[in-house]
Amino acid sequence: MSTGFSLFVTIGTIGSMIGFFLLLYLNRSIDNPGQTTGHDYDGIQELDNPLPAWWFWWFILTIVFAAGYLLYYPGLGNFGGISEWTSVGQLEEAQDAADRKFGPLYAQYRDKSLAELAADPAARNMGRRIFASNCTVCHGANAQGSFGFPNLTDSEWIWGSEDEDIKVTLLHGRMAAMPAWGDALGEAGVEQVTEYVLQLSGREGVDADLAAQGQSQYAMFCIACHGPEGKGNKIFGAPDLTNDIWLYGGSRLRIAHVLKHGRNGVMPAFGERLGEDKVHILAGYVKSLSAEQ
Amino acid sequence: MENSNIEYNYKVVKQFAVMTVVWGIVGMLVGVVIAAQLAWPALNFDLPWLHFGRLRPLHTNAVIFAFGGCALFACSLYIVQRTCQAALLSNKLAAFVFWGWQLVIVSAAVTLPLGLTTSKEYAELEWPIDILITIVWVAYAILYFGTILKRKTRHIYVANWFFSAFIIAVAILHIFNSLALPVTLTKSYSIYAGSVDAMVQWWYGHNAVGFFLTAGFLGIMYYFVPKQAERPVYSYRLSVVHFWALIAVYVWAGPHHLHYTTLPDWAQSLGMAMSLILLAPSWGGMINGIMTLSGAWDKIRSDPILKFLIVSLSFYGMSTFEGPMMSIKSVNALSHYTDWTIGHVHSGALGWVAMISIGAMYHLLPILFGRKQGEMYSVRLIDLHFWMSTIGTVLYIASMWVNGLMQGLMWRAVNSDGTLTYSFVESVEASFPGYVVRFIGGGIFFVGMLLMAYNVWMTARAGSTVTKEAAA
Repeated sequence: MSTGFSLFVTIGTIGSMIGFFLLLYLNRSIDNPGQTTGHDYDGIQELDNPLPAWWFWWFILTIVFAAGYLLYYPGLGNFGGISEWTSVGQLEEAQDAADRKFGPLYAQYRDKSLAELAADPAARNMGRRIFASNCTVCHGANAQGSFGFPNLTDSEWIWGSEDEDIKVTLLHGRMAAMPAWGDALGEAGVEQVTEYVLQLSGREGVDADLAAQGQSQYAMFCIACHGPEGKGNKIFGAPDLTNDIWLYGGSRLRIAHVLKHGRNGVMPAFGERLGEDKVHILAGYVKSLSAEQ
Repeated sequence: MENSNIEYNYKVVKQFAVMTVVWGIVGMLVGVVIAAQLAWPALNFDLPWLHFGRLRPLHTNAVIFAFGGCALFACSLYIVQRTCQAALLSNKLAAFVFWGWQLVIVSAAVTLPLGLTTSKEYAELEWPIDILITIVWVAYAILYFGTILKRKTRHIYVANWFFSAFIIAVAILHIFNSLALPVTLTKSYSIYAGSVDAMVQWWYGHNAVGFFLTAGFLGIMYYFVPKQAERPVYSYRLSVVHFWALIAVYVWAGPHHLHYTTLPDWAQSLGMAMSLILLAPSWGGMINGIMTLSGAWDKIRSDPILKFLIVSLSFYGMSTFEGPMMSIKSVNALSHYTDWTIGHVHSGALGWVAMISIGAMYHLLPILFGRKQGEMYSVRLIDLHFWMSTIGTVLYIASMWVNGLMQGLMWRAVNSDGTLTYSFVESVEASFPGYVVRFIGGGIFFVGMLLMAYNVWMTARAGSTVTKEAAA
């Protein structure tokens, strides 16, 4: 902060504290204890009793404590206090201490594969705890996800199931982009492609004529990401359309909505927050959740 | 004492006093509803305008500014006339203040459930309503200070110092916190950004507590406690010292709401140091109120109105001790963001603000309805109301203490591998019993308000025992 503002804060603080002290000191004795002041307001009179001694000294004590506190800790403008304490410094110290204490616990699993971690009860337990306080907000306490948040217990891996894929997802996050096709397809086109997508997923009771029309639209707009057979592409996070697993709902209405308006799913990056070792263990736990295990 | 030449304006006092009871019931009903929603979320009914996020500001605005506000208007306008021996400056201005304030309240009750909000805590109302508040408040200031200038007494009574500080400070707080750039009739953006916005918000928020809910209600205390106890005020000197200390220290304490945030370190520790100094000035008012009873302690046994007043002072003392303790950073690390804060607020809001207002209203209402002081329809109902209020408040704050400590401890518990022992949702699950007890406590307090309404209704119906105040 500027020197002027720093002085303003310092002088204002010290001046106020001296002011409180003077207010007390100058009012410590009274003229006629036990008598009334002679005022009368609507029948209310006031006694001229002194300030209670315990209250007086308590007040003084808090002023003295505050003065000492502001000498030791930051508070008086740019003067950082003789302790040179900062909140960032305290945080870093605590983090370093935690890393020193707990770091080796996590580091011991560094060289194991995710499959090995998934089979190790101790590692799985640690992973479950990391999952509980970092992942459950979106993926749920049972890891079954919810609307817009993938179910981690099924067999579908939108961004790939290799060890490296899972770790990249956790460390760096993912950003999915399903474009909005409403303008390109038109109302009728959306209806046709919806029907074709349902047919791909093996849904019964699909209108075969509409689906056939949808197929030609699909070949034009969707095939680049979702592939000729609708199997998707893990590089783009384009979901497999043939397994009847729906991130944004599988009704005609929901599918048409996605086609029309698009979707932008986001998985946040946890690398900086958790560090590589914890992510490694978390990845093992996530792998263990999958139905494939 | 009565100066029979003066035509006191009791009409506006009566209007505000009756609306204190009405808005008290409305505000506390919404409070009970949102307490139930926290225990049983299905009660949100998936309707946006009944959602907790919209009803919660409706509750806070209704109890602070509608219930508390009407109590402050009623008492200040009564006390300023009686202790200055002067009628209000203008009866038309008084009527404008009453109807203007009711319009503010109704606007809040319409816009908040519709989701129109600035999202600033305790200052959620959008800019057109903020302007209306400013106009009404300036009219109130002119009315109040104009009456002080007309006074026939040489000195100004201590209650009026507190009301004066309250009126001036609230005007400044409201204007500076509400500064915003309007984009449409129902949407505006704060002119402050980031941490500065947060600091301005809590400078306002903490001093809404300090000047609206403390200084204003101390003004009520300084008149009704000596009146009801029929004893002189304990110490004039103490009232001078704690008044100046209180209004000077309160403005520093806002940063303690922003411990462990992006607020710079120096502001956080300065806010904490000043919050500790605030302890003694706060207690000055409690000491002066309770000690006023010395020589008349037996009256507490028989007079339920005095019970309301004295117990409210006890809750005041307790919550103004708790506040500075919670402002200590290492205590705050445990209490912040937990239900402990909600419990602390309600030991002040229910125990102090509501109970002192209720006591003052029971003193005031028979007089305003043309009866004699102490002639409420049923004194036994007042006593019952007192016990319901006390038990309701104790259930409320005890359940929130338990919940708050439990949440704080659960959030910081770690396993042997350094991971958190509990996920957030586990602490929510564990809070359920506390939420039910809080709902019951709040419900008991609310039913007490219904008893009050019945008692007031019957008092009004019974008519006057004296034809005109001046004839007494």
